[in-house]
Amino acid sequence: MNLGGGETVKSMSMPNSSVSWKSGDGVTDQFPAGLRVLVVDDDPTCLMILEKMLRNCLYEVTKCNRAEIALSLLRENKNGFDIVISDVHMPDMDGFKLLECVGLEMDLPVIMMSADDGKNVVMKGVTHGACDYLIKPVRIEALKNIWQHVVRRKKHEWKDFEQTGSVEDGERQQKPPEDADYSSSANEGNWRNSKKRKDEEEEAEERDDTSTLKKPRVVWSVELHQQFVAAVNQLGIDKAVPKKILELMNVPGLTRENVASHLQKYRLYLRRISGVSQHQSGFNNSFMGPSDATFGSISSLSGLDMQLPAQSLATLQAAVLGRSTTKSSISMPLVDQRNLFSFETPKPRFGEGQQQQLSNNSKQINLLHGIPTNMEPKQLANLHQSAQSFGGMNMQVNSHGSQSNSLLVQMAQPESRSQMLNEINGSHRIQSSMGQPIMSNGCASGVLARNGMANNARGTLYNPLSQASSVLDFSVNHGTDLPGSSFPIGGNAGISSLPSKEMLHEDVISETKGTRGFLPSYDVLSELHQQKSQVWGSQNVGLTYETSHHANMRGSCDVSPSVIVQQGFSSIQNNGQNRSAMGKAVFSSGQESAHGNVPNISQQPNTFLLDNLLMVKAERFPDASYHNTIFAEQLGQEDLMSVFLKQQGDTGSVESEFGFDGHHLDNLPV
Amino acid sequence: MEVGQLQERFVDYTKSLFCEGFLDDQFLQLQQLQDESNPDFVVEVVSLFFEDSEKLLNDLTKTLDQQFVDYKRVDAQVHQLKGSSSSIGAQRVKNACIGFRNFCEEQNIEGCLRCLHQVKQEYSLVKNKLQTLFRLEQQIVAAGGAIPMVE
Repeated sequence: MNLGGGETVKSMSMPNSSVSWKSGDGVTDQFPAGLRVLVVDDDPTCLMILEKMLRNCLYEVTKCNRAEIALSLLRENKNGFDIVISDVHMPDMDGFKLLECVGLEMDLPVIMMSADDGKNVVMKGVTHGACDYLIKPVRIEALKNIWQHVVRRKKHEWKDFEQTGSVEDGERQQKPPEDADYSSSANEGNWRNSKKRKDEEEEAEERDDTSTLKKPRVVWSVELHQQFVAAVNQLGIDKAVPKKILELMNVPGLTRENVASHLQKYRLYLRRISGVSQHQSGFNNSFMGPSDATFGSISSLSGLDMQLPAQSLATLQAAVLGRSTTKSSISMPLVDQRNLFSFETPKPRFGEGQQQQLSNNSKQINLLHGIPTNMEPKQLANLHQSAQSFGGMNMQVNSHGSQSNSLLVQMAQPESRSQMLNEINGSHRIQSSMGQPIMSNGCASGVLARNGMANNARGTLYNPLSQASSVLDFSVNHGTDLPGSSFPIGGNAGISSLPSKEMLHEDVISETKGTRGFLPSYDVLSELHQQKSQVWGSQNVGLTYETSHHANMRGSCDVSPSVIVQQGFSSIQNNGQNRSAMGKAVFSSGQESAHGNVPNISQQPNTFLLDNLLMVKAERFPDASYHNTIFAEQLGQEDLMSVFLKQQGDTGSVESEFGFDGHHLDNLPV
Repeated sequence: MEVGQLQERFVDYTKSLFCEGFLDDQFLQLQQLQDESNPDFVVEVVSLFFEDSEKLLNDLTKTLDQQFVDYKRVDAQVHQLKGSSSSIGAQRVKNACIGFRNFCEEQNIEGCLRCLHQVKQEYSLVKNKLQTLFRLEQQIVAAGGAIPMVE
């Protein structure tokens, strides 16, 4: 990077070189030089000054004047930045929205800036998770110490990893940031924080040699998230405290801090959903709430906008995974969260055949199991299955989502189906939402799924699905190694590889059988899958079918589901790679054309999807029509839809509303 | 004029700008940022400020000229102007913006128009002053001298 050169181009590129500090304990001789800062401000004068100041601090600076550009930069370079500084008032996107997105998707420290020093604004920064708030005009002294936020966060992560973090540690660690948040940047020294940091440092070091290594962030996989969601549901969202959640989850290596930060994100997500559900204009809004933009980003799964509650899910997921809470970025969260959505394992069918497949996915499904979703076990199973089929949709998410579910459901519901569908189709919204929230919340997917399914909100289901898809994508990408066709649905269209391997699979299988509720969601999912990522879609479809309507479907849709699944899977298979695609595909009605990476998805997100499905199912079972429509539209498989519709007895009209594009269930021999 | 004199003039002029409140400490920050790798940093930033501000002021004029004034928009624009002027240290412009925002809140069109006028005036003044300052700098450099740092 050209520190002195006045270059304004982003200089991310130095993967490890200049940020050598990152690798060790975060402190090397060079540190904090080379800190990679992204600064966002629509005011060109301020931007230029900030850039120069940061350069003078020997940081690697990238500047941009639009929040959306910033988000895409962040998404493209997942680990390309260490800290983000953003203005509060920007024309294209509210700085706080950006803050949330970044927090959820990328988990980077974000510093807010403004000429406005009113208490309310500063408080807003705090509540949205800013790690600091600078008042303009910013002085270079204030910028010199921003590295502390990065180190602090890293330390927390390390602690999380170490698991040595007893509650005290965690608390202690948690504290500083909070303190920091409250203290304005004026406290350049932030002595408290430094002190704490120092203490933590010492502890960390004593505790574990490895603490010197840069520990990776805790990746909230689908399973993990589902477990988290389950735990939260069990405790009740109000009573869910990190310590208890941690105990319930009983995951080795997970620290209270991990849980705490994840919980925070999850709460934000929930808040957003509930606030948003009112006005879901096409998922986007609802899920993301105000941040349509964010949605966009979240749904980046593959362009799918999973606006769905995905927003919240996405956010969650994003947070968990890496943030793609924004709409467009569902893929992002999904990818990371791949695990979240265990739709990966598209359970092709209702059951038997899929079972196996599901088993693959079962991993994911398992997650579901663990999660005390609202749905009955069967449903869960179905969900799982579906989830699996979906490629790892995070059904689990759903489970978590009992709350989310309702939220999601609500979200889905309020929104006109068409909207939802439209949304889904058009905007990946679901994806985004799915991706994000699903992952993190696990609920999201569940909710989504549920919504879609059971509730009228077919669309919702769709959403979840899409999200799930997206999630799936993510999860898939994550690495669930979906071989590529994790959709068990449909038997094998390559779906088999749907990843939900882990847990979902099992769960899904069981769930799908019985969950009627899923049907709708299944439809949605399937449709989603179909539409989007070809594979994905089918996966979903398969999932949906499987999970929820196993029974139902059998009669009428037997074929469909499988078909759909196949579709989804096939597409998935095709891509094999695009996990994210899966997610996206499914959801991105049209946007992404089914990357077909379904396989990827299947790997993970199934659980989420399943969850969603399950959740949705639980909620409103008869809403199959929702997804019917969705599917119908998307897939173009009217029959499938109609099957669903009939089953649901719902609105066939939904079909038209949802325009999932992208995926055509043409193949479905419904 | 010889270098020494130019430099003296420069120092005096700079000091006066601070005394009269046209510039504040933030401007010094800018000057401190300037270095060999960015020898024209201050001029560049200030030019950017001029460009941006003129746009903003034009926008503001238009917005306030509407039959139904969008005060939110006005407020946002004034806020931005406040931010950029404070970033370069144009203190009087910034202060004028603060008053302006109050009238925006009250949705007081008269007050807003007065403030707009005031902001424009302050802006013109500081623009002139800074341009004079830069000219002096150029003269010093042209005469082979170094720009003195002003405390």
